[in-house]
Amino acid sequence: MAGILISLVLLTFMAVTAFYVLRLRHLFSVVMLTGVFSLLSAALFTNLDAVDVAFTEAAVGGGISTVLMLGTLALTRRREKVPETLSIGPLIIALVTGAALVYGTLDMPRFGDPNAPALKHVVPEYIEGTANDVSMPNIVTAVLASYRGYDTLGETAVIFTAGIGVLLLLVWRREEDEEDEDGEKEDRA
Amino acid sequence: MKHHLVLRVVTKLMIPFILIFGLYVQFHGDFGPGGGFQAGVIIAAAFILYALVFGLEEARKVVPDGALRILVPAGVLIFAGTGVATLLMGGKFLDYDVLRPSDTGGQHLGIWLVEFGVGTTVAAVMIAIFFTYAARPHQIDDEDW
Repeated sequence: MAGILISLVLLTFMAVTAFYVLRLRHLFSVVMLTGVFSLLSAALFTNLDAVDVAFTEAAVGGGISTVLMLGTLALTRRREKVPETLSIGPLIIALVTGAALVYGTLDMPRFGDPNAPALKHVVPEYIEGTANDVSMPNIVTAVLASYRGYDTLGETAVIFTAGIGVLLLLVWRREEDEEDEDGEKEDRA
Repeated sequence: MKHHLVLRVVTKLMIPFILIFGLYVQFHGDFGPGGGFQAGVIIAAAFILYALVFGLEEARKVVPDGALRILVPAGVLIFAGTGVATLLMGGKFLDYDVLRPSDTGGQHLGIWLVEFGVGTTVAAVMIAIFFTYAARPHQIDDEDW
């Protein structure tokens, strides 16, 4: 019961934060509020006993991406332009998508239902296997690194590719700029 | 932010604890919550905090670009290398059981190696991305914020 109450309070805070992210035009505050939003959702995940996810959310969403957003902000302007006309199309799309998602959740099994289809397929095998074959207390780690090792290798490759991509885009650009400047100096000389 | 004395002192106090916590999450991930990804991000956060407070140049002395260039692919190679090692030892790709003769020892060793690879790549990529962002010319002065 207390768990549900805490979840409700956190969800309310998240809704309020999201509302202010929409309303505010001062982008520094917006970035800070998205960090707050991530931290609140991390607390929500902890409350739902998904500690590993909460960890990731707090470190990536609340920490690193906030810092990266601030770094981006330093390169652009700090105020959002106020749109001159209210565009109806995107509003309708957002409302319809939201309604469809809410409608979809009606058919979902209750939270923590042991008979949910997702928990019937391979999960019992993993739970037994983690105890017998892997003998590790943290099932999440066993599933990530052992049962789903291919997927995790793919994820690591994705992170690697993303990092290389950012480095190529930003570092190359900078070196080109520097070359241009050098070229100009030579021209002047 | 070199003029903020409180920030500097508190940062210096906090960084060792953040790093220790990162290592704990990395190497205790099979018993408690966490694992390579979370540990990598936490360790990267420690270095990013250092760079934020003490400046990019100081942080670059701690983690030189050359080290990052090695660490970013090294993690992926450790992960894939574990898979290749299991292949060479007669198992399937990423089938850790062949790594050690005992019942579950192979799984433990394999998961340890793989998580270590993930942590290395994640930490190095996060630090590298932050360094590249922070190295771009800033147009806003401290006072403008």
